[in-house]
Amino acid sequence: MNVVGLFFYLFSAICVASAFMVIASRNPVHSVLFLILAFFNAAGLFMLMGAEFLALILIVVYVGAVAVLFLFVVMMLDVDFAELRQGVLQYLPIGGVIGIVLLVELVLVLGGLSITPEGADLVVQPIPDMAETSNIQAIGDLLYTKYVFFFQMAGLILLVAMIGAIVLTLSHRSDVKRQNTATQIGRDPATAVTLHDVKPGEGI
Amino acid sequence: MEELLLSYLPVLIFMGVALGIGIALLVAPFIIAYRAPDDEKLSAYECGFNAFDDARMKFDVRFYLVAILFIIFDLEVAFLFPWAVSFGSLGWFGFWSMMIFLGVLTVGFIYEWKKGALEWD
Amino acid sequence: MEPGTITFNLAVAIPELMLAVGAMVLLMIGAFTGEKSARSMHVIAVALIAAAAAVLVYTAPEGVVFSDAFVSDRFARLMKLLVLGGSTFAIAMSYGFARHASYGRFEYPILVVLATLGMMVMISADDLIALYLGLEMQALALYVAAAINRDSLRASEAGLKYFVLGALSSGMLLYGMSLIYGFTGHTNFAGIAEAMAAERQLGEIFGIVFMLAGIAFKVSAAPFHMWTPDVYEGAPTPVTAFFAAAPKVAAMAMMIRVTYGAFEHAAADWQQIIAFLAIASMLLGAFAAIGQTNIKRLMAYSSIGHMGFALVGLAAGTQTGVSGVIIYLIIYLIMTLGTFACILAMRREDGLVEDISELSGLSRTHPMMALMLTALMFSLAGIPPLAGFWAKYFVFLAAVQAELYVLAVIGVLASVVGAFYYLRIVKIMWFDEPESGFVPMASELRLVLGVSGVFTIFYVVVAGPVSSIATGAARTFF
Repeated sequence: MNVVGLFFYLFSAICVASAFMVIASRNPVHSVLFLILAFFNAAGLFMLMGAEFLALILIVVYVGAVAVLFLFVVMMLDVDFAELRQGVLQYLPIGGVIGIVLLVELVLVLGGLSITPEGADLVVQPIPDMAETSNIQAIGDLLYTKYVFFFQMAGLILLVAMIGAIVLTLSHRSDVKRQNTATQIGRDPATAVTLHDVKPGEGI
Repeated sequence: MEELLLSYLPVLIFMGVALGIGIALLVAPFIIAYRAPDDEKLSAYECGFNAFDDARMKFDVRFYLVAILFIIFDLEVAFLFPWAVSFGSLGWFGFWSMMIFLGVLTVGFIYEWKKGALEWD
Repeated sequence: MEPGTITFNLAVAIPELMLAVGAMVLLMIGAFTGEKSARSMHVIAVALIAAAAAVLVYTAPEGVVFSDAFVSDRFARLMKLLVLGGSTFAIAMSYGFARHASYGRFEYPILVVLATLGMMVMISADDLIALYLGLEMQALALYVAAAINRDSLRASEAGLKYFVLGALSSGMLLYGMSLIYGFTGHTNFAGIAEAMAAERQLGEIFGIVFMLAGIAFKVSAAPFHMWTPDVYEGAPTPVTAFFAAAPKVAAMAMMIRVTYGAFEHAAADWQQIIAFLAIASMLLGAFAAIGQTNIKRLMAYSSIGHMGFALVGLAAGTQTGVSGVIIYLIIYLIMTLGTFACILAMRREDGLVEDISELSGLSRTHPMMALMLTALMFSLAGIPPLAGFWAKYFVFLAAVQAELYVLAVIGVLASVVGAFYYLRIVKIMWFDEPESGFVPMASELRLVLGVSGVFTIFYVVVAGPVSSIATGAARTFF
């Protein structure tokens, strides 16, 4: 248990530190890289809780896809970040105050949890024994049958995201020639070749 | 729980070794390399020149579109893993529930294809 | 149909299923026919939502289904009917703009249908996860709708602002939900209420605070209102008309269900928060609107104020209070749609105008429209015997009965201050020198304005049935 505790503190410390660096680093590309480090450590935390499927999905989806998308966005923005940062000092006091308020709240809340340790036993859906059911199976047994409503809603939300991305970013240039494979394959000599009767000495 | 974590021990050792080698390669030159810098050595090589401006440039928004469409299908695939693992015990209800989910996203896929979002120009 | 079977589950959610399937069919029609179908898509979408409303009223049974995540009761059905009505009229009002090159796209009615589906799930949510999924679905569709005119800098800015602040509010909501789940061990509203019946822990109270803050963003109650004026102003006007109507009703219905369903035993805690939100919103809505010259911005502040008045009823924590909120939402929805029909009719040959001064002399150029708009403005200001007065009357009555005298007094004062800017519009319409007239009003706008104006003026006639429906819906929670 002590080793697990050690790793918990290691992962969370790096996670918090890299989350701080996301907003503190000067170069936005570095921010994204720190974000990836934060995702990795969050995955480590999931792993410590025994949620290996979530941990790996976090890496596959967030590090593999979302962080790459963030890099695109950072690249796409035509903003002088050095200039943008000049206001940071100005907002530091108010940001600091908000941070302290949130910290106090967190301490209060966590204090509450340590007073009532039975909170952990309240979970409505008991975690199945890991020796018998693997983590991924435990999710699979519930998600598609008991929680089918949530599952289908998730599908519809993905559909909305797809429509949204296309509506907002797709633009077709009208000045390029496109290949139409169907017509290309559909051509045959009868439609592609025409015979012209050229009279001698006149040319076409 | 302990067993689960123990099964990830090789990954941990691997990451530890990788981290060790990476840090060693970064730190070693500082300790053992011979250093005698001067202005000429540090300047751009003969016919080279210093950078004019930031190497970052605006990407076309189409990269973004491709990336976001990829993420959506990436998530769809993520939902398939637990389904595949529990497939035997899910029954017909679980089967059709996934088919409807895939159907919804197929509708989105047809839309995106017809709109030409998968074409580059 | 036995409760518990799959068919019963589906039958309860049949209006939602209709919208989901309908949206996908529309998407396919649009994908295969292209932009030229934009107008007919509007018509089909209106028919689809109207059909869903008819099914909701006549055939869909009530019940708690999908592992207690989805509830359909009298309250949910009434609220869904309002949302469906709001969406129908919003799509109908944008019909005239469907040919408009920059935002007349066939995706717009589909996005509205999907947003409506999200709102219906929000209203029916009996579980934190269902609530979040519905909210997120609604919000995603709305972000896109706000920025649908992507060539306009203002619309893109509006969409981006809405998205960033909406994501922030979702984050707060999720933080609150995770605290609630962590401390109660339930995501189901009934389970949360049961776990909270005993002594409350600090973590639960923080959870309530964060959740209410997140929901307050969605109803745009002060101090979480800052996105509203910019989004209302920046988004294309037909989209703004939609934003002002149905999403507000859905978010408020969700707030009622969360407070009276999940947090019913923590009433003493959330009542203070709601009362604060109500006071802040009423005062901000009254004072910040005074200096506005853009009518869409003015309507944004007006909606903030109206949400504040509605929250007064919620803060009362009684059955009268809830039925007051429901009456308020019904009247607010109809008044807002009518007002936006007028705003959409402020169109000259070269496009829409949004300045309040453009209305000057409307009584001489378009007397009928001026008359209706005057009635709506008086009603929004809360002048008897128009509908808006009765809306305010019932929430204040509930506040007084619950001995929240301070809240009621501030509310009355705020509505007096608020009356100033509504009356200013009336003055501009009747006493200022006429500008050149607008192009004739489209027939769908006439219809909406007519229905809304007649309802507002002759509300007294239908006051009895409306009150009894609202009381019946409010009884769900008591």
